Amino acid sequence: MQHLPGNLRLLMGAGLLVLMLIGFGIYFQSFTEAPPADGEIRNADKPLAVEGVENEIKDGIHEPTGFIASEGLDLVIAHCTACHSAKLVTQNRADREGWKKMIRWMQATQNLWELGEQEEAILDYLSENYAPVKTGRRPPLTDIEWYELKE
Amino acid sequence: MKNPSNRRHFIKRTTLSSLGALLGAEIVYALPEGYLPLALSQEKDPATPFGKHEEMVVLNDQPWNVEAQAHLLDDVVTPADKMFIRNNGIIPENIAVDKWTLTIKGESSRQEKTYSLEELKAKFSQHSYHLVLECGGNGRSEFYPPADGNQWTVGAVSCAKWTGIRLRDVLQDVGIQDNAVYIGYYGADTHLSRDPNKNPISRGIPISKAMEDQTLLAFAMNDRDIPIAHGHPLRLIASGFPASVSGKWIHTLAVRDRVHDGEKMAPPSYAVPCEPVEPGTNVANENMCTIDKMPVKSLITYPKSGAILRENQKLNIRGHAWTGSQNISKMAYSIDFGATWQSCNLRPAVNPYAWQQFEAEIDFPQKGYYEVWAKATDNEGNSQPMLPPGWNPKGYLNNACHRIAIKVS
Repeated sequence: MQHLPGNLRLLMGAGLLVLMLIGFGIYFQSFTEAPPADGEIRNADKPLAVEGVENEIKDGIHEPTGFIASEGLDLVIAHCTACHSAKLVTQNRADREGWKKMIRWMQATQNLWELGEQEEAILDYLSENYAPVKTGRRPPLTDIEWYELKE
Repeated sequence: MKNPSNRRHFIKRTTLSSLGALLGAEIVYALPEGYLPLALSQEKDPATPFGKHEEMVVLNDQPWNVEAQAHLLDDVVTPADKMFIRNNGIIPENIAVDKWTLTIKGESSRQEKTYSLEELKAKFSQHSYHLVLECGGNGRSEFYPPADGNQWTVGAVSCAKWTGIRLRDVLQDVGIQDNAVYIGYYGADTHLSRDPNKNPISRGIPISKAMEDQTLLAFAMNDRDIPIAHGHPLRLIASGFPASVSGKWIHTLAVRDRVHDGEKMAPPSYAVPCEPVEPGTNVANENMCTIDKMPVKSLITYPKSGAILRENQKLNIRGHAWTGSQNISKMAYSIDFGATWQSCNLRPAVNPYAWQQFEAEIDFPQKGYYEVWAKATDNEGNSQPMLPPGWNPKGYLNNACHRIAIKVS
C-alpha cells in the first residue's frame, strides 16, 4: 500500500476496522446477553453468552450444567439454559425427530426463539448424546442399596 | 443463611443455586439487613431446597421439580418436607398475604367479585380433608419410547391434610350462569421466559368437579400456612384429577362457558390418545383427550427397597393405595412376580380422595432374592397392571405395580 497517499491509507484502515466491527457484531449477534448477574431476574428472550466452557469440563461433563462435553455444548448451554435448568435436558432421551418436536413445541408455546443455522448443530448434539436407551418394558430393579433390616 | 449479615453475603449465596432467578433485582437491592423474603427463607440450603428432606430428589431446579422416594412417603399424612414439588414456572417472589385477593369472573359468572383472603376465611365455612395430589406424569420415566418432560419415578404423589373453603360455596355466593362448564385458574407464578404476558400454567376443572365437597380453595396444609412452594397463600385442591388442575398462588378464577383454554389446558398437555396407540405413535392433538381421572395405584412405603432379612425372619410391609375414582376395595402382594397373590389388610379412607393404608406380614419360603409387588384394586374391579400401561406420547398415567427388592440370607 506504499504507493497510496497517506490519507487514503488511513481511510482504508478505518473502513477495514468498521467492516471488522460489523463482522464481530454479526458473529456475536446471538451472544449479546451476558449471563444474569447475582440475583438478577430478566427476560429470557435470547441465548446466553457462553465463555470459558472448556475450563469447566471434568471427566467429560460440563460441571456447572451437567451436560456431556461434546461438539455443540456451547450452543446448547446458550440456547437451552436461558429459560430452564439443564436438568430438564439431561434427564430426557429422544431421537433427532423427538428433540426437534420439543424445540418446535417450545417455539410455538414457550417463547423459544428461532435457532437458525445453529439448530442442526443443536440437534446433532442432543440426538447423539441424549438418545433413547432401550430398556425393555419393565427392567430389573437396579441401584439397590442393600441394608440389614432389624426385626 | 438465617441472618445474612450484609447484602453481599446474601447475593453470593443466591448463586449457589438458581434461586437468583426467583428474586427480582429490586428486591435484592432493597433487602433490609436480617430479612429474607419468604421464597428464599424456605429455599435456604441448595442441598435441601424449601426445607425438603435430604433424600428428596431434585429433577429440575428451574423450574423447581422435586420428588419423594417411596420410603419417604410412609406417613399417613404427608409432611411438608416429603411432599413433591411440581412447578411449571417461577415461584412468585412477593406475596403480601394481607393484600392478597381472589377475583371470580368469566363469561359465565353473574358478576365479577373480589374477596380478600380474610373475607374468604370469615365468610365461608372451613373444611379439612386428607387429599391425594398426584402429578399426571408420575411414573413417566418407565415409558418406552421415552416421553419428554420431568422424568418422575414414583414420588410425585402426596396425601396431606388440606384446610380451606369449598369452591362451591364461593361460586354460589358469586352466582354462576346455567351455561357454565368449566373453572379456569390464574396464579401468580411467572413464565420461565419472564414474559409478563404469558402464564406458566392456567388449567382448571369441569363445573361438576368444582361442585364436589372436597374441592377446596385451601389456605392451610397440615394445620399450618401452605408452604410457598405448594401455593401459599391460596390454592385450588381438586383431588382425583392430575395435580396440575390444583392451581397454586391463585388470584383469579374464571367461570367459563367452554372448556377453559389457558396455558397447558389443551392437548398434548395432560392428555392421552383418545384411542389406544402403538408405542411411539405420533398422535395429532385433536386425537388426544384431556385426563380427568387418576388411575388406581399403590406404593409400598415400608420397608425401603433393599432390605436383607435373616432366614425365617418375617417381613411386615405397609403402604398406601389410592384412586381418582371411588375407593380401593382390595390390596394384594406377590413375592413370586405375580404367580400368586396374597391379600393385605386394608383400611378404609378417612374421606373421599384420601389414600388408604395397607399392611401384610410376609413369610419367605427359602433363602434368596425376592421382589415384593403390590397391587390395588378399586371397587369397580380396576387393578394395577404389572407392566407400564398404554403408551402415550407425554408419558402420563403410569400406574404399574410398585415393587421392592428383598434378600433373605
